[in-house]
Amino acid sequence: MRQLQILAILAWRNLWRNHRRTLIMISAVTIGVWAMIFMTALMRGMVNEMLRDGIQVLPGHVQIHHPDYRDDPSINNLIPGTEDELESIFGGQEFEAWAGRVRVPAVITSERESRGITLLGIDPIAEAPISFVFDDIVEGRFLKDGADSGVVIGRKMVDKLDTRLGKRVVLMSQDPENEIADRGFRVVGIFDSDPDSHEETFVFAGKETIQKMLGVEDRVTEVVFLGQDIRNVEALLKKVSGLTDSSLDVEPWYELDTYLGAMVKMMDGFVLVWVIVIFLALSFGLVNTLVMAVFERIREIGLMLALGMPPVNIVGQVIVESLALLTIGLALGNALAWLAVVTLEDGIDISAVAQGMEMMGASSVLYPVLHMTDVITANIVVLVLGFLASLSPAWRASRYQPVEAITKV
Amino acid sequence: MNIILRLAWRNLWRQPRRTWLTTGAMVFSNTLLIFMMSLQFGTYELMIDNSLQSFSGHLQVQAPGYIDDSKMRQSVPGVRALAETYRQDAVFENVAARGTAFALASSDDRSYGIQVIGVEPGFEPGVSNIPGLVKEGRYLDGIDATEIIIGAVLARNLRVDIGDELTMLGTGRDGSFAAAIVSIVGIFDSGIAALDRSIAEIPLGLFQDTFAMDGAGHQVVITTADLAYVPAAKLEAENLLPPDSSLVVHDWDALQPGLRQAIQADLTSAWFMYIVLVVLVAFSVMNTQLMSVLERTKEFGIVMSLGLTPGRLGRLVMLETALMGIMGLLLGAVLGALVTAWLSVVGFSYPGMEEMAANFNLPARMYPKISLLTLFGGPAIVLIGTLASALYPALRLYRLQPVEAMRAA
Repeated sequence: MRQLQILAILAWRNLWRNHRRTLIMISAVTIGVWAMIFMTALMRGMVNEMLRDGIQVLPGHVQIHHPDYRDDPSINNLIPGTEDELESIFGGQEFEAWAGRVRVPAVITSERESRGITLLGIDPIAEAPISFVFDDIVEGRFLKDGADSGVVIGRKMVDKLDTRLGKRVVLMSQDPENEIADRGFRVVGIFDSDPDSHEETFVFAGKETIQKMLGVEDRVTEVVFLGQDIRNVEALLKKVSGLTDSSLDVEPWYELDTYLGAMVKMMDGFVLVWVIVIFLALSFGLVNTLVMAVFERIREIGLMLALGMPPVNIVGQVIVESLALLTIGLALGNALAWLAVVTLEDGIDISAVAQGMEMMGASSVLYPVLHMTDVITANIVVLVLGFLASLSPAWRASRYQPVEAITKV
Repeated sequence: MNIILRLAWRNLWRQPRRTWLTTGAMVFSNTLLIFMMSLQFGTYELMIDNSLQSFSGHLQVQAPGYIDDSKMRQSVPGVRALAETYRQDAVFENVAARGTAFALASSDDRSYGIQVIGVEPGFEPGVSNIPGLVKEGRYLDGIDATEIIIGAVLARNLRVDIGDELTMLGTGRDGSFAAAIVSIVGIFDSGIAALDRSIAEIPLGLFQDTFAMDGAGHQVVITTADLAYVPAAKLEAENLLPPDSSLVVHDWDALQPGLRQAIQADLTSAWFMYIVLVVLVAFSVMNTQLMSVLERTKEFGIVMSLGLTPGRLGRLVMLETALMGIMGLLLGAVLGALVTAWLSVVGFSYPGMEEMAANFNLPARMYPKISLLTLFGGPAIVLIGTLASALYPALRLYRLQPVEAMRAA
């Protein structure tokens, strides 16, 4: 114990014998660590926004479909079982939220224009925790209940259809016999969304109204479930699978939206690669500093060896010196990154490239998010690899022949 | 000069390990920069090509406002004649007229809302790659034929094949009911599900009859031989517009604003990483050069007392750095070029990339593309950063007092 203390004191004093060199190296480590954590926080923030916009919005966490529905999203591929049967299976269970929907491709027509859209017949009460539209009604109101006879459309769609609140539009789709099913609706609400593309894609109507229009009684094409944590849906997935007929498709969000799924999975890989790349760039400087520090102390090290200090203590000394340097750099880097994230908490406005971000599925304000696991990864990688990188100079220092080392000029 | 060069070179090799470590930092960053930049620019080029080839072309003549709202009424009168006028001008490589509408397409079993594009069968293959992607059957023939080609996913969903008939229902330009029966002559497969699911092409003559266009269309699509000619071609296209017409010409940047912005956003985040790398290398060099100056204090003191000016010594230090930097640049360029060249043959992929790439019309394997810019752009910046960081040690020499320096241990 006492020995370790001496080692630590020696290492610490050695570190400050050439304070310029040490300060430069600490600055390098600080900047490196800051970049590691800050960049990661930005990327995490972006992915979080993508998840919020892309998943919380409509897909929920887990969905059930008819096995053919994903390839052929038609009203013919209904989920077997009436509303009451679904209610009896899922109603008593504990979910954050669940809802049945009729989701079919359709055409919306105003007096002037026609557009292809995705029609969602929903039960607004059951959907309240799932869909985004509830917060973003800019004009009019949202659907009252499943039997509401109005539709809610996006702001962009209003422009494209040349219509407005209170006007009538016609929705056309097919019924299970492939007869054209159509019905007039009054526009009762207009929603705003980020990304904008939802405004052109989705049209919301009452579930029962749509079921009546399509002649499918009380059947639905999808059931959507919301769990507690989007990053951990396995339990929810298992629970839903256990409750459902095995002939049906039960899919988590990352299979429904493979782009987002891949994005989130890639993030973990990206964090590690990024941290390691930065560390490698740093490591050349670190090893260099240690080599130099050892080199200018050859005589002194020789003397210590000659006086009987075991070589292992020389190794220890150099390693402690290196770790002390890294720790200071880490502390400063972490603090700086934290400061940067807190300063930018209100989001970074990147609306200059909003449409580009939309292509990537992200929104136009970037909120950096610190993930504890990322911070820990960065710190551990730096310490562990730093330790490994200092082994070689430390080992070389302990291998000097005392006599040669002392007499070296 | 010669003697300073020789001195600098020899000084570098007084501490070969240190020199190699510092050069190593540069080689590492340079290799990484070359690879990343080549991959990036290769990707951007593909992104632009793939997105523009499928539909939008390089330039489009449209009615004002069509780009935002794309309403049926916002049409280009006498669209075929206008396209013909453009065709007379050699600046434009390919010119084709189009009309675009939404319709409900019904087969015996199914109905889907689709985008129907009226095209000139003779000219469309010049501006779009869809005609070339017809895998079954053939492309459209006459300008008035009652024919249609549809995407592979749509064909599967509608459960139709070559020779089957489809009914199209939609709204005409004047708000009237539009309907037509067409027979399927070809099925295209672009591999992009969103296109294959929602697009159909019919001859422009048929389109104009069906949707009451009265000889009008919605776009004249133009491609030029190279993206670089687009600005000049745009001016020319504006000059060729009929006098006192309100039509406008949009270039690809305006047609697909997301594309350039996605590239910009990606570039910005990439720049952040590049700058961090360069800064880390610069610190490493600063440290090395500071050490090499400090350990030569005595020597510098002697040569200064012999009459060498601090300016010449400073140049010596800068020259040493420059030599090291050039070594790093050349080795990095060779290594980077090798790695990139190898990957440009075998391709590059990582888990999750396929899903991500599909979002941007990209293939699942990327082939980085080396150019002079990507090969020397990054390393040149590293070299500049290196030289800048050596200024501090070099300028310190001006404060050196020869007598004191000679006495230094």
